[in-house]
Amino acid sequence: MPDIRNYTLNFGPQHPAAHGVLRLILELDGEVIERADPHIGLLHRGTEKLAESKSFNQSIPYMDRLDYVSMMCNEHAYVMAIERMLGITPPIRAQYIRVMFDEITRILNHLLWLGTHGLDVGAMTMFLYSFREREDLVDCYEAVSGARMHAAYYRPGGVNRDLPDRMPHYRASQWHTEKEVKALNTNRQGSLLDFIEDFTQRFPKFVDEYETLLTDNRIWKQRTVGIGVVSPERALQLGFTGPMLRGSGIEWDLRKKQPYEVYDKLDFDIPIGINGDSYSRYLVRMDEMRQSNHLIKQCIDWLRVNPGAVKVADHKVTPPPRETMKGDMEGMIHHFKLFSEGYCVPAGEVYQAVEHPKGEFGIYLISDGANKPYRLKIRAPGFAHLAAMEEMAKGHMLADVVAIIGTQDIVFGEIDR
Amino acid sequence: MATSLQTLHSKLQERFANIPFTANIALNELTIEIPTAHILNVCEIVRDEFGFSQLIDLCGVDYSTYGQADWDTQKATNTGFSRAISPGIFKGGEDKKRFAVVYHLLSIEHNQRLRIRAFAETDPPRVDSVIPIWNSANWFEREAFDFFGILFDGHPDLRRLLTDYGFIGHPFRKDFPLSGHVEMRYDPDKKRVIYEPVSIQPRTLSPKVIRQDNRYAT
Repeated sequence: MPDIRNYTLNFGPQHPAAHGVLRLILELDGEVIERADPHIGLLHRGTEKLAESKSFNQSIPYMDRLDYVSMMCNEHAYVMAIERMLGITPPIRAQYIRVMFDEITRILNHLLWLGTHGLDVGAMTMFLYSFREREDLVDCYEAVSGARMHAAYYRPGGVNRDLPDRMPHYRASQWHTEKEVKALNTNRQGSLLDFIEDFTQRFPKFVDEYETLLTDNRIWKQRTVGIGVVSPERALQLGFTGPMLRGSGIEWDLRKKQPYEVYDKLDFDIPIGINGDSYSRYLVRMDEMRQSNHLIKQCIDWLRVNPGAVKVADHKVTPPPRETMKGDMEGMIHHFKLFSEGYCVPAGEVYQAVEHPKGEFGIYLISDGANKPYRLKIRAPGFAHLAAMEEMAKGHMLADVVAIIGTQDIVFGEIDR
Repeated sequence: MATSLQTLHSKLQERFANIPFTANIALNELTIEIPTAHILNVCEIVRDEFGFSQLIDLCGVDYSTYGQADWDTQKATNTGFSRAISPGIFKGGEDKKRFAVVYHLLSIEHNQRLRIRAFAETDPPRVDSVIPIWNSANWFEREAFDFFGILFDGHPDLRRLLTDYGFIGHPFRKDFPLSGHVEMRYDPDKKRVIYEPVSIQPRTLSPKVIRQDNRYAT
């Protein structure tokens, strides 16, 4: 009888299927996982410590860089935590804009998840398709904030600017001829809202296309059905939230249960899974994209007919208009104070959670009455999910580890912070 | 929402009448403070009797510079204001114990949240691990150990989580400089990555200041 020993395998940190910089120490018995020990922190930037040395507004761009595929949702939690401590409510139009962009972000995130999860298990086409649609959505980000990813668009007291009346156009270059540019610009003739509306009309058909490719696909089902099964009890024990919890059959969505902004005025459903496996979570996320699309449509309809302010008029918190700053002494002082010292937030503590595309994203903010946070704790949904990696992967094959990383929707920006 | 929080508040007060216990509701959130000796006991009861089936978050907090600012803005002097680069020149707030562990709980059943705070009494800070109650505590406790040096008794695998292999110190403590102690670079002569003491001076970009604001006076 030869001496059979387990085989230890180092997976990552630079592996395309590791979704960033994950190092996994896997102990294998043949091809079966016996133990999985994720080593994280390779992308640790100390966001929480950095925020302690900066005024409140200066940390908003850091929030974009946490989960770098759902930028605005991260900002949303942070901004809402500050607003609650200051006791201010953003104007209703700003709330609708935030909800609309939260849902755009959700689609953006789920498309990236779908593309990479597909790629992980061998469906190359998904990646190309989902990035085609992402392109339109990052254009919306760009139109509204000037940045395609790291928007820093939400601000305490509202959003930075109102939605633009004009969508930026493509221009002819050495890569695009006049004729191609004209075709590219056909849905960019109107405002940003027109462009998004055009997208929402096209998008359900795209989701149908994805489902045609995957939902009944034999290979896809072989790779996802019965993989990484989590029972509802275990999902609660392991601190799962978002689609990971809903995939296990627990109906829990902060947008419905603890509604923030204007979610209580909008109509949408919470999709839940039955089996708690990767395939259930896939179905949940696909349906969430349809629901998000539905939510965006409702926001567009409201935003079209209800113009108004998008920021509170309290210039201790939001910068005064440019003309006031140039022509008025008080406006100048407000501007100077806001951009040098910032504003002091009353002492206290708050925990604000939002339904992030990946789960519950929470900001725990302690203030001691200063112009900087005393302690900022970011509760990242992926952190709890990755912690359950070992439990989900045990007993599966090596190739399933990749499928499990895919179904957990891991992004290292938020896990390592 | 507020009324259900108040009910929970009074129920908890009744249930934990036999242990030192403070609770308050602020910003529509209920916080209870308990001694570390009772943490396991209390957590088990809130999970089983009050339905807090999920541990959403666990984090450490270092309260050592709470209420201290770089700039004294409260009293007028005849020498003018300071240059705002002297950390801790202004001291406010009451003295607290240094390290605390904060638990954020969620009850899906009752749609309620609860925050539990336990100040560590000893040095080094020691708190009982809550892994037997909520399995999700595992990595959160490793993170709190890594960043604050809080030891969790009964944790099966208390290793560093987010910092580098071989890292020295606990970076989120308030006495740990923002720029750290060592920097890393590739040495072409030794043909490997080496660590050296940091060459940059720590500096304050925007001074921390605490101002009295009557709008927020309670």
